[in-house]
Amino acid sequence: MSIQPEKFKTLVKAAAEQIIASAPELTALDQAIGDGDHGTNMKRGFQAVLGKLEAIVAQPLDEAFKTIGKTLVLTVGGASGPLYGSFFMAVGDALSRDKRLPEDLAEVFGTGVGAVSTRGRSQPGEKTMLDVLVPVLQTLRAEAGRPDLVARIRETASKAVAHTVPMQATKGRASFLGARSVGHVDPGARSSCLLLHAVCDTLESRP
Amino acid sequence: MIDTVGIVIVSHSKDIAKGTADMVHQMVGSEVRVAFCGGDPDGGLGTNVSLIVDAINRAWSPKGVAVLVDLGGAETNSEMAVEMLQPERRSLVAVCNAPIVEGAVMAATEAAGGSSLEQVKAVAEELSAD
Repeated sequence: MSIQPEKFKTLVKAAAEQIIASAPELTALDQAIGDGDHGTNMKRGFQAVLGKLEAIVAQPLDEAFKTIGKTLVLTVGGASGPLYGSFFMAVGDALSRDKRLPEDLAEVFGTGVGAVSTRGRSQPGEKTMLDVLVPVLQTLRAEAGRPDLVARIRETASKAVAHTVPMQATKGRASFLGARSVGHVDPGARSSCLLLHAVCDTLESRP
Repeated sequence: MIDTVGIVIVSHSKDIAKGTADMVHQMVGSEVRVAFCGGDPDGGLGTNVSLIVDAINRAWSPKGVAVLVDLGGAETNSEMAVEMLQPERRSLVAVCNAPIVEGAVMAATEAAGGSSLEQVKAVAEELSAD
């Protein structure tokens, strides 16, 4: 494994703190088209991750990802728990097999995205977190090795969130609203973007 | 007493889960093992994978367990809970695509007659057919 534990710890901490700080925004987005619990749910999950951060970073990287995933599954409380949890557990599984970070980043990330799609029985275009994760995966695949990869991921994620605004939700609670879900940012897409931006910011601030 | 399929009720609200379980008990008495859970890990509205796992194990029967859920997160979390059971139990749990109250009552009534998990699930899911 070529990711240093200290680096990994900084990344997880930054991502968790970003979600916790943004909980009011996520809840406000979810009140518009869902049941208004995305912020509080995600905050609870990532507080639990922060609470066991030392134990997580003491583990091998594959087990650390699985612990993060399992923690989210058990503490988030909404559908986003199993969805984000499945992402991190699948990433851990990929690393347990034969994948390495950062060498196999696109493939490992793709395994996580696939797990989200399977868990939610969802595809891009349905106004979900996949509408951020899939474009980011495409950028990872297409732009791997470029010096400005981090900046391009940040940009891809931001644009992808904006693209969820005109979409009509067909999955999750927002689907009950039908056409009334159009015109709002999807809360899951936004939380995925926040996590990715936190990782990008950390990678750029400490090259 | 014959083995009957167990029934688990998973709602975002513990009150709805308990009320549904009360209605099931009134219909089938204690012939069918019924367990319920509701609420997120802080006790607010939501669902909680650990509580669902516990409920499935409480309602356990060698014939399996049918799970009735209310809204999206209850279904996703129930599917996650099934994957966290002991491996030999996983294939004996069915998360039903049915309205929670009517589905639980119909499933329990079917289960009380000694029907298989497939039959119990099918009867509950008839309620969702067009």
